[in-house]
Amino acid sequence: MNQGRFSWFNATSLTLGFAFLYLPMLILIIYSFNESRLVTVWAGFSTKWYGELLQNEAFLDAAWVTLKVGLWSSTLATILGTMAAYAMVRMGRFTGRGLFSGMIYAPLVMPEVITGLALLLFFIAIGLDRGVVTIALAHTTFSMCYVSVVVTSRLVTFDKSLEEAALDLGCTPFDAFRSVTLPIIMPAVVSGWLLAFTLSLDDLVIASFTSGPSSTTLPIKIFSAVRLGVSPEINALSTIMIGIVTVGVISASLLSRRRSLRHKEDEQKALRQ
Amino acid sequence: MWRGVFVHADGATMTQQQKKTVFEPWDEPNEQPIIQFKNVTKRFGSFTAIEDLTLDIYRKEFFALLGPSGCGKTTLMRMLAGFETPTEGSILLDNKDIAAVPPNKRAVNMMFQSYALFPHLTVFENIAFGLRRSNMPKADIPGRVEEMLRLTQLMPFAKRKPHQISGGQRQRVALARSLAKAPKLLLLDEPLGALDKKLRNDTQFELMDIQEKTGTTFVIVTHDQEEAMTVASRVAVMDQGRIVQVSTPDRIYESPNSVYVADFIGDINLIKGKAYHVAGEQSEIHWAEGQAPILATSATPCPDGADVTFAIRPEKVAISAERPEDMANAVSGKILDIAYLGNISTYHVELPSGDIVKAQATNTRRVARRRFTWEDEVWLSWTDTAGLILTT
Repeated sequence: MNQGRFSWFNATSLTLGFAFLYLPMLILIIYSFNESRLVTVWAGFSTKWYGELLQNEAFLDAAWVTLKVGLWSSTLATILGTMAAYAMVRMGRFTGRGLFSGMIYAPLVMPEVITGLALLLFFIAIGLDRGVVTIALAHTTFSMCYVSVVVTSRLVTFDKSLEEAALDLGCTPFDAFRSVTLPIIMPAVVSGWLLAFTLSLDDLVIASFTSGPSSTTLPIKIFSAVRLGVSPEINALSTIMIGIVTVGVISASLLSRRRSLRHKEDEQKALRQ
Repeated sequence: MWRGVFVHADGATMTQQQKKTVFEPWDEPNEQPIIQFKNVTKRFGSFTAIEDLTLDIYRKEFFALLGPSGCGKTTLMRMLAGFETPTEGSILLDNKDIAAVPPNKRAVNMMFQSYALFPHLTVFENIAFGLRRSNMPKADIPGRVEEMLRLTQLMPFAKRKPHQISGGQRQRVALARSLAKAPKLLLLDEPLGALDKKLRNDTQFELMDIQEKTGTTFVIVTHDQEEAMTVASRVAVMDQGRIVQVSTPDRIYESPNSVYVADFIGDINLIKGKAYHVAGEQSEIHWAEGQAPILATSATPCPDGADVTFAIRPEKVAISAERPEDMANAVSGKILDIAYLGNISTYHVELPSGDIVKAQATNTRRVARRRFTWEDEVWLSWTDTAGLILTT
């Protein structure tokens, strides 16, 4: 690696950049431990809002709904997105291929309000009661394209002769996909799933179009609670969510680093023999 | 020595090879070929990869497809494996048309150039992969895998993953995996391309050994002529989707049927001229103003004045300080360059006409004591049967 020298300019840039990114969250975390009910006045350290949060049925219900929607939609999006990516990469040239691949990615740039509205009208038209199912379906539609982007980028670098070898050794095309392709692209599929899950946890706009009276997700709950005034409970809840995401991201990157290091070591060991 | 000129034979292998002299199924009229290409053409869009190709391959042959990249040899192999279908014509395996048979239903296995080992499976599981998808009883699989591991000397590595073994070992895993199902036909796509020179030479002999032990028909694709000559019973030289010549390595080397084959295989001097019939099989080739014509023999005499190419291998040209008395052909020239290869040296000699002729001599003396050096005037000579007259 390039051993750069310390420079005040770089240090300042770095500090400003990180401050811009993380100062708001840091303040939120600090105030979640505030004793006072007033959010902007510091009155000493306390964890009481975390305790109260656990008593709040409405928040717990919303959290449960969010989790269910997240698990269902990300799993469904991963299956559909992987299939779409595989078809686009493997089918080769056919007329209208450009149009098809464009249509897979279009939802990425479609304004969420429009996607939400369209889905709402669709669900009303087919007479589907709005609830957990409709939110999950809605989330699947937009997160599926993210999964397909991630999986496509892995598949284009995938050595096609591995699949041919599987066919050559007696696999049917489906068996070759299941027993060779899928295990090898698994890391990309998993990160696609994580991405879809995070997107689903995040989403406010599409969920508010497609949720029903009995099913409110956490972002909707937080948003509507904040409109009545920020409460320290919300701060506590947000801190917990930040914590979960941070632990998830750090452990995922540590795991993948450990794996690639071990892989490299093994290769060097094999070379020395 | 049907296996070609590169085989270093000691006494023991010599007798073994003399036994093999009887293995010439392509000369037996009653022998049924295992593979038949019948007027096969393959087009990709407007590009013709294979053009009207007809070829027979026999049981237990080690058949080499040799040619520069883009000559269609890989396409030919992929059609055998079932990854491509011919546009026209048919391919028969054991007298059955296999055009409609998908790759997973063919009794043909392939060893890929990239080896295509499954990185998530151990060496053992890689070799067992095909067996688990065959109708072999589950209990017999470990035994068969172990047999393959022993054959390729991979026993200690059974539990390792492909990234935990060396390149040479990976190559052997790929071979073991493709042989495990005991295919009627094994296809090898540039199998040794990724290995370094020394390992490649050792592995060539291992391949021949395994081919003999298993009695499988091997078809190998390679662009390395030395490799094809070493391992193959017959070599097909390809150019732009066509087969130019199919023959045993020694015949490909000693009597190529065209300038293309002569030039592709080994080193050769090519001299253009006009042929005139002398007597019997002898012809004269007039090749330059003021130079004595070259005397050469040809089984099929060509018409007087025909444009021909005289081809002669550098090792068949003798180099001497004085004009030799008893040689049919002798020309004098000046040494322009010497390529020292250790065991032999190649002398590039410039003739008064400006042509450069290469002559090879064994280095029987140490390099400091060699007889000729740069700028020396020397005589090059060869007999009337040493060279060839090529009309195409």
